[in-house]
Amino acid sequence: MMAAPVKATTDGAPSSVQNLTIGKALNLGLRAAMEADDKVLILGEDVGKLGGVFRITDGLQKDFGEQRVLDTPLAESGIIGTAIGLAVRGFRPVCEIQFEGFIFPGFDQIVSQLAKLHYRTQGGVRAPVVIRVPFGGGIGAVEHHSESPESLFAHIAGLKVVSCANPVDAYWMIQQAIRSDDPVLFFEPKRLYHSGALKAPVDTTATPDPLFASRTVRRGSTATLVAYGPSVKVCLDAATAVEEDGTSLEVIDLRSLSPLDLEPVFESVRRTGRLIAVSEAQSESSITSEIAARVQQECFYSLESPVLRVTGFDTPYPPSKLEEHFLPDLDRVLHAVDRALAW
Amino acid sequence: MSSPEQWTHPEPGAGPAATAAEPTPEQVIAGLRATTEGGAELTQLLTPEGERLASSPFDSYVADIDATALCELYRDMVLVRRADREANAMQRQGQLGIWVPLLGQEAAQVGSGRALRPSDMAFPSYREHGVAYTRGIDFRELLGIFRGTDHSSWDFQKHGFHPYTIVIGNQVLNATGYAMGQKFEGKVGDDDGEATIVYFGDGATSQGDVAEGFVWAAVYDAPVVFFCQNNQWAISEPTERQSRLPLYQRARGYGFPGIRVDGNDVLACLAVSRWALDECRHGNGPVLIEAFTYRMDAHTTTDDPTRYRLSDELEVWKHKDPIERVRVHLARTGGADQAFFDDVQAEADRFAAELRDFCFNMPDPPPERIFANVYAESSPALEAQREEYLAYLEGFATEDSLAGSSTGAGER
Ligand SMILES: Cc1ncc(C[n+]2csc(CCOP(=O)(O)OP(=O)(O)O)c2C)c(N)n1
Ligand SMILES: [Mg+2]
Repeated sequence: MMAAPVKATTDGAPSSVQNLTIGKALNLGLRAAMEADDKVLILGEDVGKLGGVFRITDGLQKDFGEQRVLDTPLAESGIIGTAIGLAVRGFRPVCEIQFEGFIFPGFDQIVSQLAKLHYRTQGGVRAPVVIRVPFGGGIGAVEHHSESPESLFAHIAGLKVVSCANPVDAYWMIQQAIRSDDPVLFFEPKRLYHSGALKAPVDTTATPDPLFASRTVRRGSTATLVAYGPSVKVCLDAATAVEEDGTSLEVIDLRSLSPLDLEPVFESVRRTGRLIAVSEAQSESSITSEIAARVQQECFYSLESPVLRVTGFDTPYPPSKLEEHFLPDLDRVLHAVDRALAW
Repeated sequence: MSSPEQWTHPEPGAGPAATAAEPTPEQVIAGLRATTEGGAELTQLLTPEGERLASSPFDSYVADIDATALCELYRDMVLVRRADREANAMQRQGQLGIWVPLLGQEAAQVGSGRALRPSDMAFPSYREHGVAYTRGIDFRELLGIFRGTDHSSWDFQKHGFHPYTIVIGNQVLNATGYAMGQKFEGKVGDDDGEATIVYFGDGATSQGDVAEGFVWAAVYDAPVVFFCQNNQWAISEPTERQSRLPLYQRARGYGFPGIRVDGNDVLACLAVSRWALDECRHGNGPVLIEAFTYRMDAHTTTDDPTRYRLSDELEVWKHKDPIERVRVHLARTGGADQAFFDDVQAEADRFAAELRDFCFNMPDPPPERIFANVYAESSPALEAQREEYLAYLEGFATEDSLAGSSTGAGER
């Protein structure tokens, strides 16, 4: 990234810095990507005039036109399948899936074509498609609007899967995903889109961290918490809550779910001896299973307790009046910390 | 706009075939977007002005609908609309997480729903509260889905009404399979035959599942009525985003009849649905019905239609209101007097009050419900997970009672 000249504003902050929510940061990141490369297209349901049901594409059709921001017919297989064709033709399509529960009509195109095109053609054909997926619960919604299906995609060889948890990452990661020559599933923590509490200054001239790297977001020594997307905030809140009692929790934001960048996790576990993996997804055959397997293999002699997991239950997502039970919260995370310490 | 006939019989050497013209701004404002007027193909028995059009080929299907029966249909629609408005209001007051209004679609739903027999099966999407009502489902039973206490609760077999389906288009294939089953079991072929009806929207017609449903139903002669409520919008996308061609004409390409009915005309919806179901009962299914109607409210309570459509459009459609035309007709023909209309209104208000009372007192489900019914056969792993979680909750209850607090488990 070249640093643009920085003007000072009246309050002294450089004008390249804006205080943004995750939603607005995504919106500006998409805008920057579209300005940087006129092959970048946005495809989805209601992404045009409406700006998407979460307003993440707000104003983009107005400014870039209907040729670049397409309100598509209502069919996810169509959105993703045509995005693949557009990518083959040299475009960089960004698909918006309205809610994670509606990605499955497009699952076939993702698994059968998108993931395998580069491999099957011995590198001859690239499919730089980004699929944006609002995911996770806690919004009091009806069925299919609160799920966490990311593990299904991380399981597929040929796909890259990432998730942002704060506005700075939202702004940069979406641009990096669009620039990536591989297909990227981009999971967005929908209940935090418009969270004022998470607003953060985003410097649009900064140099971002690499896309496929995890990051230690809080240092600690008692135990390590690893999470991604909406669960990062839960872990940070848990760490803050027990700080005064002298429990010092380290928190790692995975950011990339496939490939997994676990080196910082191994390093951390070698120091703390305890790991708790947190995710809203069901635990069976999931990203947290993968973490547990790899950590026990790499850190066997450093572990003071087994790797514990705090996740959604192995049931379908329940009616929303029950979701506070289903979703990992601060209490459940701290309960796991206690269990790890008492082991 | 050129007609489909022109497209299918291009003149040799005449250059590329014509495509649908963009509607002019005036047409859009007048509510006359390419498909919005319904066109000459629209089957209508009762005009927006309340005039009964005679000599329709469908007349015989509503020969039994005298003034008394029409009063009943009027009452159905008023009750359904009143309940819908109450639920919408309760969402605003925080009693429901979301509501999916049916305002404007009462005739399409009551007309088609009243055409069904108890032995028939209906597969709804998520807006079919009016159909649910005609299947004898207590409106109160619909609330759990939107309040978040359950995913569905009625007795599906008893009512012949499948659970709501939210993933667009899924239910079309499921309904087709159900109808194939009716056929395989020999329940099709005469006046007593069974039939299935499946509801979906204009947007849904773009889904692969719907196209596949059409193919399957055609190949297996499934007794299924595809009932598409074209309410002109799929959230913010007008029907032109889904099709160049009036939707009912799609049926032809799959090899079965398609018909466009005035979806705001309860009599026409009843007649056309009875005809289509009759075809299915006798083994002549499937049939596609496009009920031409209008979503008079937002897509859901979280939607803001001012971002994408002109309020003038709604004003145009208000003149085609499904309830008003029946009221005018009944009043003008002496089919009902003011006392009747007042009674229905009073009954609707009571109906809404009961709904409200019920909603405010709905208990939250217990946490163990999360683990119930995941599988038909028990799963030891899941039972262990449930026991572990309940023990964990129990820990809070003990802590709380030690601290002298009355807060129970789950209310952390
Ligand atoms: C597979 C799938 N994709 C997206 C959605 C989100 N969604 C819910 S309703 C809707 C529009 C549906 O329009 P239409 O079929 O016309 O039915 P209407 O809501 O107008 O009754 C969309 C896109 C969904 N529920 N399922
Ligand atoms: Mg619609």
